[in-house]
Amino acid sequence: MALYSEKVMDHFRNPRNVGVIENADGIGEVGNAKCGDIMKIYLKIEDGIIADVKFETFGCGSAIASSSMATELIKGEPVSEALALTNKAVVEALDGLPAHKLHCSVLAEEAIKKAIQDYYEKNGIEYDKTQFPNCENCSHCSAHAE
Amino acid sequence: MAQIYLDNAATTKMSKTAIKAMLPYMDEIYGNPSSLHSVGQKAAEALTESRRRIAKRLGCDEKEILFTSGGSESDNQAILSAATIGERKGKKHIVSTAFEHHAVLHTLQKLKKHGFEITLLPVSEDGLITEQQVENAIRPDTCLVSVMYANNEIGTIQPIEKIGEICRKKGVIFHTDAVQAVGHVRVDVQREHIDMLSLSAHKFHGSKGIGALYVRKGIPLTSLIEGGAQERGKRAGTENIPAIVGMAVALDEACENMEKNTKKLTKLRNMLIDGLSTIPHSVLNGDCEKRLPTNVSFCFEGIEGESLLLLLDDKGICASSGSACTSGSLDPSHVLLAIGRVHDIAHGSLRLTLSEENTEEEIKYTVSAVKEVVAYLRGMSPIWRDLVNGKKEFIIK
Repeated sequence: MALYSEKVMDHFRNPRNVGVIENADGIGEVGNAKCGDIMKIYLKIEDGIIADVKFETFGCGSAIASSSMATELIKGEPVSEALALTNKAVVEALDGLPAHKLHCSVLAEEAIKKAIQDYYEKNGIEYDKTQFPNCENCSHCSAHAE
Repeated sequence: MAQIYLDNAATTKMSKTAIKAMLPYMDEIYGNPSSLHSVGQKAAEALTESRRRIAKRLGCDEKEILFTSGGSESDNQAILSAATIGERKGKKHIVSTAFEHHAVLHTLQKLKKHGFEITLLPVSEDGLITEQQVENAIRPDTCLVSVMYANNEIGTIQPIEKIGEICRKKGVIFHTDAVQAVGHVRVDVQREHIDMLSLSAHKFHGSKGIGALYVRKGIPLTSLIEGGAQERGKRAGTENIPAIVGMAVALDEACENMEKNTKKLTKLRNMLIDGLSTIPHSVLNGDCEKRLPTNVSFCFEGIEGESLLLLLDDKGICASSGSACTSGSLDPSHVLLAIGRVHDIAHGSLRLTLSEENTEEEIKYTVSAVKEVVAYLRGMSPIWRDLVNGKKEFIIK
């Protein structure tokens, strides 16, 4: 199918880092079933480094590929780098996504941020709340409904 | 295993007989049927003969067949014509159903902007409407009832004859979008009291870009395309003779083999339904008896349809889904929502539509491939984990 780049199809067919981390240091879940995609990111953080990352995704091909690529991009990186990951970087690494699938990359960025936020909360680490998406007012699903 | 095509409700492979019959009309008999010379008149003969053959298969007069570009154009023209007739009499109410094809629904939406009142009948969980619903919805100002013969996504067959009877009794024009039915089930416009019927050739092994509208004598049509006297002034443009010839041949072939094909297809369909039903937390969409012999539609809880389709394609299986992600639109199928499937479930839908070329071996392979892919996707689905761990309740028991 020409809908997706070869990179997207590769990450969709052979997703990296699928699974669950037991006793993860941070867990982030975004999206909802009504919209047709949910992403859940599990982080293992050691000395400020993303020592391990796993994901579970309910969603279309680009949602699975975006999750896979995003986890690859942050694995082994400092938390600060993971926090700086943008959806644009995920899209570029995937050699592009169709316009109506860009929200999948946004979900990947937000799921990682949420997992890091969870890590900060669990460990009582001070952080700047404005850096994180507010899921109560997330535009993802309202954009879907338009 | 080579490619297994299970998307025949989207389009079918062309009949070899139809292709063979079409070729001369792209080659030596290339005339314009409106021309007076012999080359043109040979094309005109083919046009007349094809119209006669199609009319015979529908049980109507050849003068009641109008050639169009396909199902969508036929639906548009039928509805707009009935609306024009209604408007003249001050009747601006139309009855239809919530799960029609968009060619019907969008045309009705357009009419709504022009002051028409539209009643869309709700559909049962089995994907059926009743003649009582239609009867109760008809008002003194109703100018049209439009109910599809068989649904394109879930394959359910509506009680067309009974609806036709009611409409005839009440003097309301009855249109049916029979795009999925013609060539697959016996259609008889006389017996079923149908006033207008839309059909499309590429759903029964004819070519794309050609269809027809049956219109009962005495019902004036409004033309959508102006510019010539073709089709008795109701559809301008030089007729697509090769496609029309192919449509007539394909319909004849489909009707001649219908009994044999239905028997084979019903067996394959039921094999597929039985096989997929063994997948836990899955549900068949649409009534299992009152459905096309070609249609299988399922929802699987905890997964999303597009990823299912892509992985099946990797295994050589061509299928379709009502998931939002597959349609380019943002909501899951209006048909699945109309039969009461919630969004979460509708996203996990799979439609497999058969042709007589499919084999038992292909069906067995498909069942095992779907089982494998569903299990794999559930394995990476956070929803599935929550369902299995009891954090969420299963919607499909």
